[in-house]
Amino acid sequence: MLIVVARRAVYMIVTLAVVSVLSFAIIAAPPGSALSQKISQLQSQGGEVTEAQIAALKEQYGVDESWFTQYGKWISGFWHGDFGFSFTLNEPVGSLIWSRLGLSLLLSIGALLIAWGLSIPLGVYSATHRRSLPDNVITVIQFVGVAIPEFLFALVVMTLAANYLGADVGGLFSSQYENAPWSWAKFTDLLEHLWIPLVVIAAGSTAWLTRVMRANLLDVLNNQYVQTARAKGVSERKVIWKHAVRNSLHPLVMTFGTTFPVLISGEAIVSIVLNLPTIGPLLVNSLLNKDMYVAGTILLMLSALLVIGNFVADLLLTVIDPRIRVGE
Amino acid sequence: MTTTPPPPVTEPPAPSALADAGNGAATLPQWRLMLRRFLKNRLAVASSVVLVVLYVCAILAPFLSPNPYDQQNVDLKNASPTAVIWSGGPAICSREQQLDTETFTYEYRSDCSKPVPLRFFGKGYEYKLFGLIPTDRHLVTVDKPHTLLIWGADSAGRDVFARSMQGARVSLTIGLLGVAVGTFLGATIGTISGYFRGAVDTLLQRFIELLMSLPTLPLWLALAAILPQDMSVTSRYFLITLILSLVGWASLARQIRGKVMSYAASDYVAAARIAGSSSARIVFRHLIPNASSHIVATAMLAVPATIIAETSLSFLGVGMLPPAVSWGVLLSDAQNVATVQQYPWLLIPAALVVLAVTCFQLIGDGLRDAVDPYG
Repeated sequence: MLIVVARRAVYMIVTLAVVSVLSFAIIAAPPGSALSQKISQLQSQGGEVTEAQIAALKEQYGVDESWFTQYGKWISGFWHGDFGFSFTLNEPVGSLIWSRLGLSLLLSIGALLIAWGLSIPLGVYSATHRRSLPDNVITVIQFVGVAIPEFLFALVVMTLAANYLGADVGGLFSSQYENAPWSWAKFTDLLEHLWIPLVVIAAGSTAWLTRVMRANLLDVLNNQYVQTARAKGVSERKVIWKHAVRNSLHPLVMTFGTTFPVLISGEAIVSIVLNLPTIGPLLVNSLLNKDMYVAGTILLMLSALLVIGNFVADLLLTVIDPRIRVGE
Repeated sequence: MTTTPPPPVTEPPAPSALADAGNGAATLPQWRLMLRRFLKNRLAVASSVVLVVLYVCAILAPFLSPNPYDQQNVDLKNASPTAVIWSGGPAICSREQQLDTETFTYEYRSDCSKPVPLRFFGKGYEYKLFGLIPTDRHLVTVDKPHTLLIWGADSAGRDVFARSMQGARVSLTIGLLGVAVGTFLGATIGTISGYFRGAVDTLLQRFIELLMSLPTLPLWLALAAILPQDMSVTSRYFLITLILSLVGWASLARQIRGKVMSYAASDYVAAARIAGSSSARIVFRHLIPNASSHIVATAMLAVPATIIAETSLSFLGVGMLPPAVSWGVLLSDAQNVATVQQYPWLLIPAALVVLAVTCFQLIGDGLRDAVDPYG
């Protein structure tokens, strides 16, 4: 068991190293970064002070040197929490991303919990009441839920909320709480703003997971041990929840690795539409402005989240399914 | 392995001979069984019909549109859809634009006492049907100076209906093309990986795992954002297609590898190998044909995500860019709540996206069920 964990951990680190090279390569590939713009802007100002600044910048980021040196300079800063500098926002990347990453994670994990919390009971109901009206309704909603792009759903929910609930949509806080110290009122205000993105991000995954859950449970219900349990006179409720559902859960845990990237992608795009200060809008802007250190760091951080997520899913799986532990 | 292949003893009998043999399922060729299964799935069949209609609309876009899709009109900024009334035949109310002197916004007044009749197959702007036949006939037109705006106009006074039809050309093909390229890559790499096993397999699988551990949308964004902003519409179209397929092939390769592995262990492959077939012959003659129906079904299920991806990228301003027209580009006009509340018709292209994606989804599901006709 320990060996498995160690092997996975080493593999995780190798993956992240390759991802860091890849994301740097993607971002450093096109000519004309925000850094070179900054330098040419400084050059146009002229003067001795700026000359020194330019030299310092070139030295710090290895501008005239090879691609690999630039990468080395960037990645070696990671050990002491230096992720580079944003030349469009004039702020170190580190201070830019942490709070945003936290909110992104909060939204993604919140959405994941909602998706699981809804899809398991819905899937079970759908599978045990096959071809009934609620089952058909759930199936139709699933299809449409998967078909609606997140940004569109966000727009529609926002418009409906603004029209019919009079909700103040977009952003994290109402204007009067924007700079106010934390209080109960501010907290409830935050919740009032967070439910829309949470619902929107969770919707697609809920639809998809319900489908997975329904199919899994239908498979398991055909097994002989379920029939045996029924023949023994175990109550139907116990057959379903104790015997069948437990065994159909583990593909759901396995999909954690695929659901999480979907949620992170969804979170990014929904935040752009809803104007939330998360990682998504920052990524798009930094990519459009070729602010390479911001974009590279974000890509690497998001990949790290996924790799860690997959690792956790694997561990969880060995916890809930003894067969896997024995198999190893 | 280099000897000439033996005569194809396992050649299946001509399909027509079996098809005439009767209705017994056992005597029908496999593809007929699949077709039968597929046709039984009413939702999938209905979706196919809807999609065919959408594609026909995309091909006939200029014929169906009363106005050129790129014609700007200052007098019709954000004009609402034209109401069609009945006045001895379908007609529209004549419309006048007035500047509200208090708010300085344009207002439109309809005057239904002077109806303008709709003309079917009337003359309008000139275009080339199928890009070849020059003509100026359109399905529906109205007499000048009136304008028929079936789905309203955007902020530059361009016809949303005409733009949606034109946009369908990009949105409905980029997904298919992207998946086609991705499927080709995925099928080739998946087959190699599943057939040769060993070090090649390990290497490819690690690479696929790596690719799958990158978050899809941010990766798409990063790749699309490094494309130069000033490239031509056509080259951008192909590069976006390539980017969409670069990310999509990995999961396809995975699934196909699994299939190929199970086939490669089967007796007939062993028989072919003993009979002296080369690896290439086994792969192309036995493994790929056998896996092809699964490849098609898996590919179909990948189309919706690709269409949504193109729409999302274009919506965010990194996919297709104006002057190109796609559904995502059209939706990028409706970026905030205020716009959607005021001009809800700008969201009509979104309905088309949802319709097309749902149809592809249902067809993919139908195909997946149909490819296993003995199940």
